[in-house]
Amino acid sequence: MSDRDQSLPSGVERRTFDERERLATQGLPVYGEPTDGDWRVWDAGRSKLGAMLELGMDTGLVGDETVLYLGAASGTTVSHVADFAGPTYAVEFAPRPVRDLVGVAEDRDNLFPLLKDARKPETYAHVVEADVDVLVQDVATRGQARVAARNAQFLRDDGRLLAAIKARSEDVTADPSDVFDDVVDELAEAFEILETTRLDRFHDDHLGVVARPK
Amino acid sequence: MTTDAWFAGVTSDESDGPDDTDEAVAHIREGRADAPADWPAQAVESGFAATEEEYYQKLRAATLAAARTAAAERERADDKQLVHAVRAMDDAERTANELAERLAEWAGTLFDDAGSGVGYARELAGREAETPAEQPVVSFAGRVADLADEADDLREFIERRAPDVAPNLAEMAGPVLAARLMSLAGGLDALAKKPSGTVQVLGAEDALFAHLAGRATSPKHGVIFTHEYVRGTRSEDRGSAARAFAGKLTLAARVDHYGDEFKQELHDDLRERIETIRARADEGDEDGGDDE
Repeated sequence: MSDRDQSLPSGVERRTFDERERLATQGLPVYGEPTDGDWRVWDAGRSKLGAMLELGMDTGLVGDETVLYLGAASGTTVSHVADFAGPTYAVEFAPRPVRDLVGVAEDRDNLFPLLKDARKPETYAHVVEADVDVLVQDVATRGQARVAARNAQFLRDDGRLLAAIKARSEDVTADPSDVFDDVVDELAEAFEILETTRLDRFHDDHLGVVARPK
Repeated sequence: MTTDAWFAGVTSDESDGPDDTDEAVAHIREGRADAPADWPAQAVESGFAATEEEYYQKLRAATLAAARTAAAERERADDKQLVHAVRAMDDAERTANELAERLAEWAGTLFDDAGSGVGYARELAGREAETPAEQPVVSFAGRVADLADEADDLREFIERRAPDVAPNLAEMAGPVLAARLMSLAGGLDALAKKPSGTVQVLGAEDALFAHLAGRATSPKHGVIFTHEYVRGTRSEDRGSAARAFAGKLTLAARVDHYGDEFKQELHDDLRERIETIRARADEGDEDGGDDE
């Protein structure tokens, strides 16, 4: 056992696997990750939200939140979120990964998969409840700031946006720092930016952003 | 109407019959709202669920079913993209080769070192024209090279997408042959409905009709001849190999269309069967002709 890390939500711990301290949550394994009893490794190299926690960003997560997750892909990260959070809505647009996401959701009571386009919240506002505590965004599409702004309507007043911004999705040729400046400027129109950190140690050309609705 | 929750109008009988689920799934997939609301509280208020806990259970069942069916439908539609891509690839490749022949003829009148084929077109396209007479030839070579590049890009697209659309078929036949079989059949759904004898001769329609008209022997294989399992088997046993291969391809197409998962046994069975057929060559011919 290790000491409780105050920056981690309850349900997420640093535990030792193969002599390395790694993030872990309790739940059924999903992608062949190392396990220890019912704890399983949350690999920061495969998960941008995992990297944000690993890098000590103040996400405001405490555990048991209601979460809207945009860009759930095959469910690798969202499976860990569902392990420590409450009701978790997982939106993903590509059909192939949704097949895997459904498999992940079948093993969890609080994970609701939605094959929807995150750029069109009106197509899932009849399912996702209002005033969620956390909006997690990891979409590899142009206009990431616009996606966040459109989905701000789901967040409660003091809720948190936890976004991983991918520079190459906006512009493959531009310098990532310039892209991040532009995206953060645009985000600042709908959100108050609380913290930004480059995730390069785990994910090349990604910026982690913590923000709350204005 | 755009403020309706997904559960609006969905009956909440104890029975929870299949109709209710279908209705809920349709609402999840096609419904809309201008803004979110406190759906769990509204569901309890309206009597759709007794408690929020029960609401989340119903939500879970409905979203799981909706995501599963919506993903399967969209994935199936992707087979049509592959069908178009493989046809476009074949056209681009054939046209590039035809134009390369035209180019070789023309270039032969201007360059001593003129070669032939798409490779030569690529080489010539990279050259600077030295005289006004060379200019149109080099430009033409550029078009041929571009078209050949397009065919290569299409092949790459097929190789990337086919394993997602039809994992078993793509593993067994290779992505391009898998796409070609879907193209000849008219889609993955159509391929999955064909008997294996038809799959065996897909692409050999001319030979088949000649046979039916009494002018030729029955064809042993169609486009599946391009696969090593058939082509790499000696000619006496090729009919057996083609039949075994077509049989498993049919199964692979059905698993991919109706199910989802990758079935390793299917591929192991086929490899074993082909090895058995090929072993006849070492044993002499006494049991080699039974399939033809």
